[in-house]
Amino acid sequence: MSVLVYTENWDGKFKKLSFELISYANEMAKQLGTEVIALSIGNVEDVELKSLGAYGAAKVVSVNDDKLASLENQPYAGVIAEVAAKEAAKVVLLANNNAGKAIAPRLSVKMKAGVIAGATEVPSSYDPFTVKKKVFTGKALANVVVKSDVKIVTLAQNSFGLVEDAKDAAVEAFDASVEDVKTAVKETNKVTGKVLLNDAEVVIAGGRGLKGPENFGPVEELAELLGGATACSRPVSDEDWRPHSEHVGQTGKIIAPNLYFAFGISGAIQHLGGVSSSKVIVAVNTDKDAPIFEAADYGIIGDAQKILPELIDAIKAAKAE
Amino acid sequence: MKILICLSNVPDTTTKIKLAGDNSAVEKAGVQWIINPWDELALTRALELKEASGGAITSVTVVTVGGADVEPTMRKGLAIGADDAIRIDAEPKDAYYVAAQIAEVAKDFDIVMTGIESSDYNSSAVGGMLSEFLNVPSVSSVSKMEIEGGDINVTREIDGGSEIVNVATPFVAIVQKGITKEPRIPAMRGIMMARKKPLNVVAAAEVEALTEFVSYELPAAKAACKMVDAENVSELVSLLKNEAKVL
Ligand SMILES: Cc1cc2nc3c(=O)[nH]c(=O)nc-3n(C[C@H](O)[C@H](O)[C@H](O)COP(=O)(O)OP(=O)(O)OC[C@H]3O[C@@H](n4cnc5c(N)ncnc54)[C@H](O)[C@@H]3O)c2cc1C
Ligand SMILES: Nc1ncnc2c1ncn2[C@@H]1O[C@H](COP(=O)(O)O)[C@@H](O)[C@H]1O
Repeated sequence: MSVLVYTENWDGKFKKLSFELISYANEMAKQLGTEVIALSIGNVEDVELKSLGAYGAAKVVSVNDDKLASLENQPYAGVIAEVAAKEAAKVVLLANNNAGKAIAPRLSVKMKAGVIAGATEVPSSYDPFTVKKKVFTGKALANVVVKSDVKIVTLAQNSFGLVEDAKDAAVEAFDASVEDVKTAVKETNKVTGKVLLNDAEVVIAGGRGLKGPENFGPVEELAELLGGATACSRPVSDEDWRPHSEHVGQTGKIIAPNLYFAFGISGAIQHLGGVSSSKVIVAVNTDKDAPIFEAADYGIIGDAQKILPELIDAIKAAKAE
Repeated sequence: MKILICLSNVPDTTTKIKLAGDNSAVEKAGVQWIINPWDELALTRALELKEASGGAITSVTVVTVGGADVEPTMRKGLAIGADDAIRIDAEPKDAYYVAAQIAEVAKDFDIVMTGIESSDYNSSAVGGMLSEFLNVPSVSSVSKMEIEGGDINVTREIDGGSEIVNVATPFVAIVQKGITKEPRIPAMRGIMMARKKPLNVVAAAEVEALTEFVSYELPAAKAACKMVDAENVSELVSLLKNEAKVL
């Protein structure tokens, strides 16, 4: 028996997300009296693979095959299913990100294993296997029971945190049988060197209250100062003030940073659906009755264009202390 | 070429969720039902592609797994422009159950489109499961789809960017924002025509669900927002630093 975790890598490196998954798996494995096995697919160096041990992985299975160079979910699901069978996995864990959302459902059908997408806690019970997840875009929570023998869970980002538990993880190269790739990647466009919205611990968002694209300079400046990412409400991206990749909310990206700033955002329910899992929300709005203040932890009633530079100065001053 | 669009019937995005039956269910009464936002975008894109295809795309069909109560939402799909509709007569139990049902009818189509996530159970699963049942490729997080001649290129979102993927039929496209700009709104003529379009009801297959939603909770009420005076921005910084400990 084991808890198997698929740890995705980004150009050969793991991210906080991967370590959070291992931490979550480790808690589950302890409660089940078993151990965590990580599965890495792609070209990752041994020292990096071993780093998963810091959060409790007892073993890291490493699969490297040229056919897996592009993320095609069919062969990936095949490899994960094969390793899950080999390691007698009771639970298979993935992240609830682009890759996890693409792979977990295929794996579910392949293994005839029920999947819970976007779990927010460790199971409240193992028999029956019951996990809590958000439903109705965060407006309610559901307790979901998985009835199949093997269980697949994808973990909602930033919902568990990092828990160290140093183990000397054994690395094992495994030659999986990889299915043929049926699609062809023609072109890849990637920005590098920027903090990705989904990974950012701090997110600075602007809404229609900022009046126009020319007023987003201080939003970017604040993001840079805090090592965070910029975001926006839907109308802001619809009107091309900001790129579509920055749109957060029910129909955009769903994020869960430590700290979320909403400047000139009314806080419509569809917007909150994408940001309400943030640990701390700060709102700046001229309207004291704006619904964003019901979701926020800290608020300022005022003009965002006046507050933004003052806030930048105050943070610089605090940093200099 | 035939396209199938999976339509999920979900509460309007502004619905306040209330629980019923000792928290074992979500109250359905008084809820306004809509086509899941991504499914509406998928349908719109399929119609655009059909119109531009010079007859190569022969039909756009919508399918929903649900009881008779989902028919008004399906009629809306027909009013937007779908040619016909299939209702698989069963209460959706879980994503696996729904995908297995749709797989029965999806075999006859060249392109199947689903949304990335239904705004009710947020499983993000039906599209991927369906492709595995059909043993065809799927492309997820699709934000663009172009068909020129027989050449199909879809753009999928990846971390920090996007990729253009060339794919042959049959395949499943799991779509998200960007696939088209705005969903089409049914025009009066469309609504009139929708009444005459075929909405076929088929019986459900014997399938066992793998998961069960046993109970629901509402999120804990949030503590009141702490207001900081606009003249005292440094106070906010010290609260974030010392009280919330996030700076
Ligand atoms: C199906 C559906 C899905 C949707 N999905 C999303 C989604 O994913 N994400 C999303 O964001 N929206 C989404 N929306 C749209 C949503 O309903 C709102 O229309 C949108 O979030 C409003 O954006 P906003 O707050 O920037 O603009 P507005 O609603 O125009 O609010 C602007 C705010 O700025 C304040 N303001 C004005 N001037 C200033 C100033 N000088 N300083 C400070 N504050 C100021 C105003 O008081 C106001 O509260 C969706 C809608 C639908 C129907
Ligand atoms: N009952 C249903 N009938 C038809 N399609 C559905 C149904 N439920 C979900 N889908 C499709 O699957 C997508 C993802 O839903 P889900 O996996 O439930 O998050 C939706 O956007 C729809 O395209």
